[in-house]
Amino acid sequence: MLYREAGQFKTSYAADQQLLPIRQDRVALIVLLAIAYLAVPVVANDYWFNAILIPFLVFALAALGLNILTGYAGQLSLGSAAFMAVGAVAAYNFELRVPGMPLLASFALAGLCAAAVGVLFGLPSLRIKGFYLAVATLAAQFFIPWLLVKVGWFSNYSSSGVITAQPMQIVGYVFEQPVEKYLLVLTVVALMALAAKNMVRSAVGRSWMAVRDMDVAAAVIGIPIMRTKLVAFAVSSFYCGVAGALYAYAYVGTVQPEDLNLDMSFRILFMIIIGGIGSILGSFLGAAFITLLPIFLESALHAITQQFGLDLVPGMTSMVQLLVFGGLIIFFLIVEPNGLARLWQITKEKLRLWPFPH
Amino acid sequence: MKNTRLTIIGLLLAAALLAPATHAQQAGTQFIGITGYRVGPYGANGAAFFSGFIDYLHLVNERDGGVNGVKLSWEECETEYNNTKGVECYERLKTRSATGPTAIHPMSTGITYALIDKTAADRIPLISFGYGRTDSVDGRVFPWLFPLVSNYWDAATAIVKFIADREGGEARLARKKIVLLYHDSAYGKEPHPVLEAEAKKLRFELKMIPVPHPGNEQQAQWLQIRQFRPDWVIVWGWGVMTATSLSTAQKMGFPRDRMVGNWWAGSEIDTEAAGGAAAGYYAASLNLAGRDFPVVRDVQKHVLDKGKSQTPAKTVGSVLWNRGLAAAMMTVEAVRTAQAKLGKKPMTGAQVRWGIENLDIDAKRLNQLGFGGMVPPLEVSCTDHGGSGLVRFQQWDGRQWKAASEWVSGDRALVRRMVEDSAAKYAAEKGIRPGCLAAP
Repeated sequence: MLYREAGQFKTSYAADQQLLPIRQDRVALIVLLAIAYLAVPVVANDYWFNAILIPFLVFALAALGLNILTGYAGQLSLGSAAFMAVGAVAAYNFELRVPGMPLLASFALAGLCAAAVGVLFGLPSLRIKGFYLAVATLAAQFFIPWLLVKVGWFSNYSSSGVITAQPMQIVGYVFEQPVEKYLLVLTVVALMALAAKNMVRSAVGRSWMAVRDMDVAAAVIGIPIMRTKLVAFAVSSFYCGVAGALYAYAYVGTVQPEDLNLDMSFRILFMIIIGGIGSILGSFLGAAFITLLPIFLESALHAITQQFGLDLVPGMTSMVQLLVFGGLIIFFLIVEPNGLARLWQITKEKLRLWPFPH
Repeated sequence: MKNTRLTIIGLLLAAALLAPATHAQQAGTQFIGITGYRVGPYGANGAAFFSGFIDYLHLVNERDGGVNGVKLSWEECETEYNNTKGVECYERLKTRSATGPTAIHPMSTGITYALIDKTAADRIPLISFGYGRTDSVDGRVFPWLFPLVSNYWDAATAIVKFIADREGGEARLARKKIVLLYHDSAYGKEPHPVLEAEAKKLRFELKMIPVPHPGNEQQAQWLQIRQFRPDWVIVWGWGVMTATSLSTAQKMGFPRDRMVGNWWAGSEIDTEAAGGAAAGYYAASLNLAGRDFPVVRDVQKHVLDKGKSQTPAKTVGSVLWNRGLAAAMMTVEAVRTAQAKLGKKPMTGAQVRWGIENLDIDAKRLNQLGFGGMVPPLEVSCTDHGGSGLVRFQQWDGRQWKAASEWVSGDRALVRRMVEDSAAKYAAEKGIRPGCLAAP
């Protein structure tokens, strides 16, 4: 009843091609952005910013990057965390070595560095596919953190190979408070998500999907396979690189290259599998699921044990939390293998008919 | 259709669980936030340390009725030795009490690094007892960070000195071959600069071989070691890595009494897992193991026998459990020091920071506290956020750790010089003006 597009007529091509063709979606997005920009900064505390919202946004951006490569262009990658590491270290070095470098320019250049590395490790994709390509990107995941640690220059010869991010300063203003960092990250992520949404419905996105669905057919209709795949690698790594820079500057504040390890790459991969492969919304839903659910589960378990005065063996709640989390992943994958984004789509279809489904 | 409904119910259930729990700690207590870990590859080590830490807090409440009448309360948050989880736990514990989490002991070099800027901004002291960022000994650059007692550079130079003693003097070390077998993480890389400096000074040949996390496969590294034929192997291990080093060394026929670990590679958890392979292995230690200390007897009497704690009997008196007691003792004494100046009430982070910076636990005080002989005396100041730098070597006899030396220190002058250089570089990079903070 509420969610029905009856009566919304498109009278121009522009109106028909707009990003969100249904008015309710546009309103919902505006409300969501208004909440994120106006309500959240007033309501949330430091814990919410530092431990929940900023990591969620950073990982959503990384998942978005991987989703472009894996979900839209069909190239499986296990190197997302390595590209994040490239972005983080590159941003640090631009800030450190170029006097007066604007922060956002360093982030963009960091993304470009990651893109260049991504293209390099994307070259094997021209010859190999599927699991074999995953193994090739695995090489990136092992090689890049090793190199960043091995060559002292990258970490400015810090004794343990850890880099610490400089203060975030944009046109003389220092982003120091958690709420300021949150707004900065939110803006970057929102703009890049908008760009991604537009990219995947433009010519370049359509050629990615053509290559994903059948590369021989795509080549036959004149899509240059090499360029398409490498562009996908470049764009995906750019997103991961910027996510890495945000991870270093807005979230943790330090980066140890070995933190951005294979585990992290897998986590990003799980985000898009659970959120929905080939969906911009899915990247956000998946990031929320993987980064936030364990935290909430632990808080909930903690509250339950306090409530009932249970005196569990220390460490028990953590193990129960891991069990429940694993169980939920399996549950969601069984009931909806196409991810949370597909679930949302089904809900939308049902809402159109509601409350008269017949 | 049905599936969808099921899923939506599932989602709703999940959402119901999501309501985050926030509850205030009892007012009027000194709340201590504990970022601990008991699961994951390093869970066994963390469980021993944090059990000791909490058992000591129980002891202070049960035996003394708190610190000058102010009861202690605490909450433990599981970090899994993971840096991002550690940040999450820190942010959570920070909100739990009006006075903050007292002082944070991350028990992880990685989490220490991740919290350096955050704790300074939040005015909460960060104690890294025998780990962490070595150059933070210079408290003028790192006012909120306390690498208490000894740091990795002290340990590395002390180990070199210990080896030199076994070889018959520093001069005999020339042209000897030493391997550093290290955990490939910030923790494992921390001793590199000082060992390189020592190798240059004493003219021994140094080879550094990394072992990737978690370290349960070392065949390749030990083949390298066999080719290099070193006189000594320094094991900078953690968790399962140390036990694997010992058993692989046995397989390769490398004598264990030519292997020296640092203090994180020298607990019962490491040697017992290696079985017979560990006999003869040396390790530098920050504290002695054993139950023959008055404080351990007190914990037994007031906490364990009363069923206040679930610490397994086997853990009591182990190296890491005793270290947990000592870490908690330092926190409590810092609160006591701050209270002596500022009144008998719960202390805030800034006040506890002052308390740590003015800690002076001499041998007499250690005996009063029941820690005599277990840990060295500790005196902290603004310029020296570390302490004595003393370590004691222990040897595993196949059943237990036995002291193999007195309390010794490494090359303190060299370490201090390198600390000041490194801290000055950090200050320049971050735009910090070094200086001492005033009393709160």
